[in-house]
Amino acid sequence: MTSDTATLSPTDQIGDFNKYDFRTESPAVFKARKGLDAAIVQQISEMKGEPEWMRDFRLRSLGIFDSKPTPTWGGLIDIKFQDIYYYLKPTDSQGRTWDEVPGAIKDTFEKLGIPEAEKKFLAGVKAQFESEVVYGSLKGDLAAKGVIFTDTDSAVREHPDLVREYFSKIIPPEDNKFAALNSAVWSGGSFIYVPPGVKVEFPLQAYFRINAESMGQFERTLIIVDEGAEVHYVEGCTAPTYSSQSLHSAVVEIIVKRGGRCRYTTIQNWANNVFNLVTKRALAYGDATMEWIDGNLGSHLTMKYPAVIMMEPGARGETLSIAFAGAGQHQDAGAKLIHRAPHTTGQIISKSISKNGGRSSYRGLVKVEHGAKNTKCKVVCDALILDSQSRSDTYPYIDVAEQDVSVGHEASVSRIGEEQLFYLMSRGLSEPEASAMIVNGFIEPLVKELPMEYAVEMNRLIQLQMEGSVG
Amino acid sequence: MTHILTISNLHVSVAGKPILRGVNLVMRHGETHALMGPNGSGKSTLGLAVMGHPLYEITEGAIELDGRDLVALTADERARAGLFMAFQRPVAIPGVKLADFLRHATTNMRKPERKEGEELLPMREFRRELKGKMEHLRMDMEFARRYVNDGFSGGEMKRAEILQLAMLQPKFAILDETDSGLDADAVRLASESIAEFGREKMGMLIITHHDKLLEHNRPDYTHVMLGGRIVETGGVELAHELHRQGYDRIRNAYPDAEASNRAMADREVALSV
Repeated sequence: MTSDTATLSPTDQIGDFNKYDFRTESPAVFKARKGLDAAIVQQISEMKGEPEWMRDFRLRSLGIFDSKPTPTWGGLIDIKFQDIYYYLKPTDSQGRTWDEVPGAIKDTFEKLGIPEAEKKFLAGVKAQFESEVVYGSLKGDLAAKGVIFTDTDSAVREHPDLVREYFSKIIPPEDNKFAALNSAVWSGGSFIYVPPGVKVEFPLQAYFRINAESMGQFERTLIIVDEGAEVHYVEGCTAPTYSSQSLHSAVVEIIVKRGGRCRYTTIQNWANNVFNLVTKRALAYGDATMEWIDGNLGSHLTMKYPAVIMMEPGARGETLSIAFAGAGQHQDAGAKLIHRAPHTTGQIISKSISKNGGRSSYRGLVKVEHGAKNTKCKVVCDALILDSQSRSDTYPYIDVAEQDVSVGHEASVSRIGEEQLFYLMSRGLSEPEASAMIVNGFIEPLVKELPMEYAVEMNRLIQLQMEGSVG
Repeated sequence: MTHILTISNLHVSVAGKPILRGVNLVMRHGETHALMGPNGSGKSTLGLAVMGHPLYEITEGAIELDGRDLVALTADERARAGLFMAFQRPVAIPGVKLADFLRHATTNMRKPERKEGEELLPMREFRRELKGKMEHLRMDMEFARRYVNDGFSGGEMKRAEILQLAMLQPKFAILDETDSGLDADAVRLASESIAEFGREKMGMLIITHHDKLLEHNRPDYTHVMLGGRIVETGGVELAHELHRQGYDRIRNAYPDAEASNRAMADREVALSV
C-alpha cells in the first residue's frame, strides 16, 4: 500500500465474492466424537498430554458448565450442545515455516492473506485451524528480548510457572456458563509474555479459522504485559457457511502491569451460522492502559463484552467497538469498565449498524467501586439503522458507589438521513454508493484506529455487508 | 456544443401543499441567470425540485435537458446528466473525507456509465486537479482531509460547494444563496471563483438577494419569483433595481402572486411555531 490508501474511497478494492466462504478438504488427524461429556474432556486432555492439574481443572469446569443454566438475556442461545464436535486435531505438529503446514491448510491461510501480511507488517503470527494452532512464528529479535508468543497448549508445557500464576485467575470457570465450557474443552489460543520495558513495535496476529461443519472452537488466550511493556495483538476470525450450528467460545485473559500498554484488536467475521459467545477481561495496574478494539461483523449471535478492571491509580481502560447486524444476525455487544482504584479513567465508544432485519444491542456496564474516588468515565453509543425491519437497543448499566466521580453517557440512534442521501446523490453517487459512504463515515472513528491494512479490509467487509453478500 | 435546459409549466408540492405554480425558464449553456424574489417565494424549491429532492413532488410540467425529460430520474441520474446545485445549507457527512467524496463524485460525473465498484479516477491525476482548484479558492490541501461539511464555518461550507462545482463541471448549475452568511471579502472571493469556474463554461442560475455575487457574474437575464411563479424577466438592470428598491413594485404589480406568496409565508411561520 502506498500513501494513496489514506484517501481510499470505501468502495475501492471491492470484489464481488465473499472470499471467506470456502471449504477446505483436509482430513483430520483426530476428531473426537460428537457431543460433550467427561470422557470427551478426558480424551482432549490425554491427547494433549497435559499435567494432572489441568485435567482436573477441565473436569471441574465441565461440572460447572453442566450446573449453570443457559443465559436467558442477550440473544436466543438455542445451541444443541450434543450436536457439536468439541475437538478436532487437523495436523500432527505445528509448522515453523509455512512449508511445514499441510498443503490444503496452507492454501486456506494463503487465501486469507496471512503469510503475505506476515511478511509485510507483522511481528509474529499464530494460525489456528479448528482446534489447534497449525503455524507459529515470532521475529527473532523479539524472541531474543524475551518476548514469548506461543500457543497456549505449548505454554502449559514450556512456561508452567507463568501459566499457573495467571491462567483462569481473571476469568474463573464459575464466571459464566461459556467461560466454564471453554475451561473444560479449551484448545489452542495465544500465550504472550512481554518482559518489562519491551515495546513490541509491530502487531502480533492470530487468525482463527473454523472449517469443518458443526465445529466448536474454544481457544484460550492469556497475555501478560509486564511493567512498562507494550504490545498490540490482532485477531481475525472466519468460517465457511453451513446450515448447521457452529460454536465459537473463547476466553481471553490479560494482565497489564504498571505503566504497560496493551491494545487488543478483533475483526470478527464469522459465518452466519456461528454462535460467538466470548468472555474477554483485562486487569490494568498503575498507570497502565488497556484498549479493546472490537469489530463484530459476522456470526449468527454474538454476545461479547470486553472488560477492563482498573486495579490501581492511573489505570486507563478503553473500548471502541463496532457491530454490524445484517439479515439473521444479532450482535449483542458492548463493554464493561470497573473502576476499582481512585484516579482511573475509562471510555466506551460503541457504534452499531443494523440492516435487513438485523438486530444490534449495546450492553455495557460502568462500575465505580467504593474508594475509587476521582474517577472519570465516558460512554458514547451511536446506532445507525438502515431500514424499518432492523432494530437497535441500548442497555447501559451504571453502578457508582462513590461521590467524587464523573460518569457521562451519551446515546444516539439515527436512520440514514434523507438529506445526507440526497446530498451525495446530487453529486452523482448512486443510492447504494451513497449509503455505503455514509456507513463508512459512521465507522470511521474505529477504522482510523486500525493498522492501515486492516482499515482497508474493514471497509471492504462493510461494503460486502452493505451489498448483503456476506453469509 | 450548446446545451439547453428547459423548465416548462413546473408545478411542485411539498407534503401535498403546492409551492411552485407553473414555472417557465429556458437556460442555454454559457448563460448566467439571476433568480431573485422575496423570502418564501419558491426559489430554493425550484432548485431542489430540479435537482430531484425526493420530498419535492413534481405534479405537473417538465424539466428537459437537451430534449431529455429529467422528471422521472433520481438525483444521481440528474447529476450525471449534467445538473448541479450548490446548497444554501449543505448537510454534514461525518467520517467521510471531502477528498474521498469528491474523487468518487468526480469519477461518476466524468464516467456517467461507471458501474459501482469500478475504477475511480487515478489518484495522482485527481489530486493534481484538486490541489490546483483548492489553491485558487485559497483553500489549504489539509481541508480536503476534513469530513464533508462537518464543523465547517459558513464560509468554508460555501467554498466547499464552489470547489465541488469546479471539480464536477456540470452543464447547468443552480447556486442557492452562495453569498448568504458571508462577510464582504468572502462574498468577493465567492463571486470571483464562481466567475472563474462557472461563467461561460456552463449555464448558471444564481439565486441571491444581493447583487454582490453578480459583480463578477453579470446576468444575461434576471428573473423575479413571487408566489411560486416567475413574474418578471429582465436584464442586469432588473437585478440592480431589486437590490436598491426591494420588491414593493413587484408585489403591487402582481397582486395574485403576492397573495399566494403571503399564504405560503404564513404557512411557513405556522410550521416553524
